[in-house]
Amino acid sequence: MILAAQTLPESSHSGYVAAAYIVFFVLVLVYVAIMAFRLTRVERSVREQGGEAAAGDDAPGERGDAAARGREQERDEREREVV
Amino acid sequence: MKSWSRHPAGSSEMDRRPPGAVNRDSPAGSPFLPGLRALSVTTVLAFCASLSLVFFYVPIEAEEGFVQKIFYLHVPLAIVSLGGFVLGGLLAIAHLRTRDARWDLRSYVAIHMSLIFGAAVLITGSIWARASWGHWWVWDEPTLVSFLIVFLLYATYQPLRFAIEDPERQARYASVFAVTAGAFVPLNFIAVRLSASYVHPRVLGAASNLPGSMAFTFLVSLVAMALLYATLCSYELAAKRTRILLKARSRILGFQ
Repeated sequence: MILAAQTLPESSHSGYVAAAYIVFFVLVLVYVAIMAFRLTRVERSVREQGGEAAAGDDAPGERGDAAARGREQERDEREREVV
Repeated sequence: MKSWSRHPAGSSEMDRRPPGAVNRDSPAGSPFLPGLRALSVTTVLAFCASLSLVFFYVPIEAEEGFVQKIFYLHVPLAIVSLGGFVLGGLLAIAHLRTRDARWDLRSYVAIHMSLIFGAAVLITGSIWARASWGHWWVWDEPTLVSFLIVFLLYATYQPLRFAIEDPERQARYASVFAVTAGAFVPLNFIAVRLSASYVHPRVLGAASNLPGSMAFTFLVSLVAMALLYATLCSYELAAKRTRILLKARSRILGFQ
């Protein structure tokens, strides 16, 4: 109680202090919310990729060909990088 | 740290794993930053300690009263923000020297995060100015105006960066900007220190007369803020790397 009496306010300016700290924490919270939203999208994409990849393994066709083309393209790029 | 390759297509060890594979070496399950969970917990603990000290330990300042508690938020924010801008410049130097895109990504994230912290500095500073001086903004105060100039300078970083389409040129130009602006930050700080006005309270240096409890609380707050900066930068980096990896995998699987 004594400690609180020495460190907590008696003046009317406590609203400004509260405002400053609230603004800061709201900013951090908004940032974290944006990150969470992005993470949800990434998770959805990963899930979609996983599903598509599994479907591609079961029935190789046009998708499988495209994947093979993608791998070839990446291999070419790696070779170019080495050169 | 492995996933950000020289080329967006990806050529690192992680990219050669099958799609959807998770790095099992990481205790936290994160594919990129194993220490992220520990860093996050440390940051939360540091902030709890900092807030406890600010509101229950450090005494009310005699002249300013309770409003002075904003000091433990505003000043660490400003120091970390300016430090982040300088860090962005140093990382950009590493990018220009090595041409490794990972350094460019780190530099971009450091500056991006410093801008967010900078916005918080301006808002909390205005609130403090209003409470202490009766004005939201004082134009003849060099510290305030110089910080605004630095903030506005860095506010042009992203438009400049994303106005360039070629990724190589974009990274190179952004790095040159980051180095130049990063050098401007300490010069600006020194110029303000040398200026005649001493209206703005001095915290660090010979003129500082903080009592022990206040100095200790300030240092804890500074550490907490630096940890928050590092944590948010780490999350941002992890998110960006994940998106790059995802795009690369989409291409490999032929989704795009």
